[in-house]
Amino acid sequence: MARYLVERAIGMVVVMFIAVTVVILIVRLAPGDPAAVMLGPDATPADIIALRHQWGLDQPLFVQYVQALGQIVRGDLGQSIFLNRPVLTAILERTEPTFLLAMLSLAIASLIAIPIGVFAAYKRGSLFDQGVVALAMLSASIPSFWLALLFIQFFSVRLGIVPVAGYGGPGANFLDRVHHLLLPAFTLGLLSSSLIIRFTRSSMLDVLNDDYIRTARSKGMGEFRVVMRHAFKNALIPIVTVLGLTVALLVSGAVVIETVFGLPGIGNLVVSAVLRRDYPVIQGALLVITGLYVLINFLIDVLYVIIDRRVRY
Amino acid sequence: MNAPATPSALVTQPGVLALLLRRPTAMIGLVIIVVIALLAIFAPLIAPIPPGKLSVVHRLTPPGPIWFFGTDEFGRDIFSRTLYAGRLSLLVGACVVAIATVLGLVLGLLAGFFRRLDTPLARIIDALMAFPDVLLAIALVAALGPSLLTIIITLGLVYAPRLARIVRASTLVIRELPFVEAARALGVPAWKIILRHVLRNLTSPILVQSTFIFAHAMLAEASLSFLGVGVSPEVPTWGTMIASGRQYVGQADWTILFPGLAIVLSVLSLQMIGDGLRDLLDPKLRGQM
Repeated sequence: MARYLVERAIGMVVVMFIAVTVVILIVRLAPGDPAAVMLGPDATPADIIALRHQWGLDQPLFVQYVQALGQIVRGDLGQSIFLNRPVLTAILERTEPTFLLAMLSLAIASLIAIPIGVFAAYKRGSLFDQGVVALAMLSASIPSFWLALLFIQFFSVRLGIVPVAGYGGPGANFLDRVHHLLLPAFTLGLLSSSLIIRFTRSSMLDVLNDDYIRTARSKGMGEFRVVMRHAFKNALIPIVTVLGLTVALLVSGAVVIETVFGLPGIGNLVVSAVLRRDYPVIQGALLVITGLYVLINFLIDVLYVIIDRRVRY
Repeated sequence: MNAPATPSALVTQPGVLALLLRRPTAMIGLVIIVVIALLAIFAPLIAPIPPGKLSVVHRLTPPGPIWFFGTDEFGRDIFSRTLYAGRLSLLVGACVVAIATVLGLVLGLLAGFFRRLDTPLARIIDALMAFPDVLLAIALVAALGPSLLTIIITLGLVYAPRLARIVRASTLVIRELPFVEAARALGVPAWKIILRHVLRNLTSPILVQSTFIFAHAMLAEASLSFLGVGVSPEVPTWGTMIASGRQYVGQADWTILFPGLAIVLSVLSLQMIGDGLRDLLDPKLRGQM
């Protein structure tokens, strides 16, 4: 098991190294001069030269790459001129809304999807099952921003039960902040539930056909116990995988949802950075999010070993 | 030397249409997307009012007999604009699929067929897949500058690794099959084996994956355009229509309702086709349907 984990850890480092290289190159291989683009049409040639020098853009590409890589390894993601602070600080300041949004959405998605997926598999081929499959496909086809706008109109404007947007202002307490996150998390959770429903359903279908389920039934064991104790427990591995995948999707979804609901999270930071051409922030945010995604995948692999005792490496 | 005459396809594959006929949901999906494509292609003949025609007197008019889908904040006919916007949204999807397929096919075939290239290429594919799709697209658009062409190239690059992974996995299996081994033993050059035998067996997984990429690309393009980092707001796509209707949603929800429904219908129909094809072409699922 230790060897397996070491191999996976090395794999993770390699993937992260390639991802970092891609991120560094995306900004530096862009056509035109990033410094000139960032400073805008009013910048003087001296300003542009100064910024080029500060970023090391006047160096050969390989030197720039090595310098950037060294900085990233030391945890230095650079400085944002627009925000007037280090990129890492700017990202950390905005972590809470994104983290809470992702966790709340994941909880909502799991609460909706897992029971529905289990029951749909148990009632395979029934009207309920077919309805669930159709609804899962429909929810995967809805643009999040569109549903968010319709939900704001209905839940916030018409019913007035949740705030329209924002994160409760600077003095807001934790409960108030969570209250502001309810509708964004519900929107994101609902749309992310389709993948979990499909995986839970198909994973349960696989398990329910196994011999030991028939044995459990033939012993006269109650249906609830058969499904929950024997089948669901063994169907968990693919479900854990898909929960990990869903976190990655949630981060992507958060970019859009945070913008619609005006939440001061990392997603919102990235979109405003793109509109301002704030390259250090774009690079930093992309690195942090990708790093998180790679780490989550690694943790899922570790969880495999813990959940399934048959998995021995 | 000629390749073995025996058919190398794993399963003799009937035409896509014949396959789709066996799955009613996939067939319904195909009919919906064909109708949407025809409406978009023949938009100049069908649209009752030119899409750019302003009529400030009739701004934000609700749907009715003259303006089927109502009018927007400039009094433009939303029905006509939705038809025209479909052209660009579908075009983006189709071009993205073309780019992702070519790139993904080359990457996946090289990784899957040549053992030496497998480890480095597989790692690169893994690393590229570690980026959330919309986020990577946003970063690339930021670097390359927003335009329709950038969006197409960017999304093509974003989805290529997804196709490459499928192609690689299938190629790894096909490479070990007896007919490939036989061709190799007969001295058939690698490129001929790839073109004649491997590629032919990759049609099904590529077809299924491309359909899903088409659907995802349409959703991603709409998201990017909505966020303002995609095509210019003046260019009518379903995403930009929703973005511009956003501020009027309180008084005129039809400004976002119909372009949104167009996206949902298109993406849903593509998913129905993809799902149906996957069920039909996946040998593991054969017979269970």
